[in-house]
Amino acid sequence: MSSLQIKNLRKSYGSVEVLKDINLEAESGEFVALVGPSGCGKSTLLSIIAGLESVTSGEVLIEDVVVNDAAPKDRDIAMVFQSYALYPTMTVRQNMTFGMECRNIDKATQNETIKRVADLLQIEPLLNRKPGQLSGGQRQRVAMGRALVRDPKLFLFDEPLSNLDAKLRVEMRSEIKKLHQNVGRTTVYVTHDQIEAMTLATRIAVMYQGVLQQYDTPKAIYETPANVFVAGFMGSPNMNFFDAKIVAQSDQLGVVIDGGDGAVLPLPSDRHSTLADGQSVTFGVRPEHFSPAHDRRAERKGGVSVVVPVHVDMDEPTGAETILMVQIAGQDATIVCEPDGAPNPGQDMDFEIDMQKISLFDPESGVRL
Amino acid sequence: MAEATHEAFDPLATGSRRRQIRAKATVYGLLLFFALLYLSPLFIIVMNTFRPLEEIVREGFISVPGLLSSQYWLEAWSGFCLGGTCEGVSPYFTNTLLMTVPATILSTAFGVVNGYALSKWRFKYDTWVFGLITLGVFLPAQMTLLPWAFVLGKLGLANTIGGLVLVHTVQGVSFTTLFCRNYFVAVPDDLIKAARIDGAGFWRIFRRIILPLSPPILIVCVIWQFTGIWNEFLYGTVLTSGTNQPITSAIVAFSGSGTGQRHYNVEAAAVIFAALPPLFIYLIGGKYFVRGLTSGAVK
Ligand SMILES: Nc1ncnc2c1ncn2[C@@H]1O[C@H](COP(=O)(O)OP(=O)(O)O)[C@@H](O)[C@H]1O
Ligand SMILES: [Mg+2]
Repeated sequence: MSSLQIKNLRKSYGSVEVLKDINLEAESGEFVALVGPSGCGKSTLLSIIAGLESVTSGEVLIEDVVVNDAAPKDRDIAMVFQSYALYPTMTVRQNMTFGMECRNIDKATQNETIKRVADLLQIEPLLNRKPGQLSGGQRQRVAMGRALVRDPKLFLFDEPLSNLDAKLRVEMRSEIKKLHQNVGRTTVYVTHDQIEAMTLATRIAVMYQGVLQQYDTPKAIYETPANVFVAGFMGSPNMNFFDAKIVAQSDQLGVVIDGGDGAVLPLPSDRHSTLADGQSVTFGVRPEHFSPAHDRRAERKGGVSVVVPVHVDMDEPTGAETILMVQIAGQDATIVCEPDGAPNPGQDMDFEIDMQKISLFDPESGVRL
Repeated sequence: MAEATHEAFDPLATGSRRRQIRAKATVYGLLLFFALLYLSPLFIIVMNTFRPLEEIVREGFISVPGLLSSQYWLEAWSGFCLGGTCEGVSPYFTNTLLMTVPATILSTAFGVVNGYALSKWRFKYDTWVFGLITLGVFLPAQMTLLPWAFVLGKLGLANTIGGLVLVHTVQGVSFTTLFCRNYFVAVPDDLIKAARIDGAGFWRIFRRIILPLSPPILIVCVIWQFTGIWNEFLYGTVLTSGTNQPITSAIVAFSGSGTGQRHYNVEAAAVIFAALPPLFIYLIGGKYFVRGLTSGAVK
């Protein structure tokens, strides 16, 4: 059963269309991440699911019932806001009981629920404090607690971690993941952070300028991005894009990077179908799919690779890995490699590209080839 | 917050010792001078409430009192003849109280609800509604006199305190709506959204979330309305007469009753009775008034 379906959804504010024909569906228990740059319409989409905004056209279904005209309280959802939206004059306990009070749940059940959630989130000692007396991380927990006192059909999160510092963000991220595994409710999670999306979601919806670019599993989004935008947005450091051409050599197709020495990088044979000799392409390689030529990493894993000469401009050691800013055939690129074998700035070195993992895009439309 | 920053920087405590002394002397000297200037009418009036009439006539209005007597206070309150009755200002004081208290409560209550609805429940043309309501702020009272006289006549409220309550409530809603709406705009919309998802409706959100955030602006509205309505004079003079007048209109009779003899001491005491409640409200509430106007709803 699909617990959330969005069909041909459009939303306009005046003459500005902020959501353009969105289609999305989530199975029961799924964790869907809505990801995209700021202003792409993620919060608007979430508000529409919550019933806080109306739709211009299209349908929203929760558990196969059209809820377009249902009030937020009748949709059986719980939501965590980016600003936490804790009621400032109420204690933590009152913040959490307010919703139950509105739904006329008896006092005994309320107390039981508060106890369960407070244990789960370890906020027992905070129950009698006001939100103003809490730290950012504690407020975040309380906001989650307010959602968890319900057993809703859908959990909605709007960038719940973006106001936390980096370390706390990572901690809360894994806690949210654990919670989802325990509670098992369908969740829609908005974030602009692609790492959050990758780590948490069972499926990721990548949005850009009001258009759903791709909706798939994290693995599929990462390995076979549908277009240049998705390829560039997901993954850090960004995927490298080279202007290149397809050449045919005997029965084998290959890629030649523009501006280089004309070396042909042979493509695996399963990538031939739509390509033609002489075609211009955007050649995409993720930074971690380069490796020092002498390692022969791709071959050891049974893959195919080709060697390219690289000139190193600058390095950024992060400790766990070293990021290299390099030139390949005169075009800027980024490579991630192990710190031990890393070349120094100014040095030339041969790297190999794992050709199984590369992406090709149409340079005009940006669509994956 | 604001107070802390004021303390943190004291421009009078910089520079050389002599500059500091000179600067402080100048500033405090000027402050003292103007304080005395503004307080002198009050001081003179209070002095005259205790002086016998012949002493005032003999020595003039501004003079140190020789013989002190509190009988003029009593006379002003309950014996003095004013507007045809000889019960002092107390009936008019009661009139004003009966007008001011309900009108203050009603206009504040309507203003809070208006402000909440206009800032948190956006509807079509809401900015127009807000604009029209607050137009009343800029509408001179003289322009509304005749329409009000007409309306009160039709409603059978002509020359009644109830009529004045209606007038002041309606006129006051412009101000209270403006104050409250601008205050509530600073309350994050997410609070309302969260409450709606929690299942609360318009009035529950108002009672449980908005009202508990409102004391600062409620105090502003109450002080503003109470002092404004208490001191108001034009409506009272035009729309009521005789024993139905509020105190501000009633004491106009001092100016030209034509009896010849002026009772300066009794009149001074009567004027102080008329001014006492707003003065009192300012004294206890002034601090909260400023705080309410400058504080946000949510820190
Ligand atoms: N109430 C509104 N009126 C007009 N435009 C709006 C409104 N709310 C959002 N928008 C616009 O819709 C777009 C998407 O906003 P939003 O969904 O908040 O983006 P995101 O959450 O992805 O950052 C933005 O360009 C924003 O300016
Ligand atoms: Mg947003």
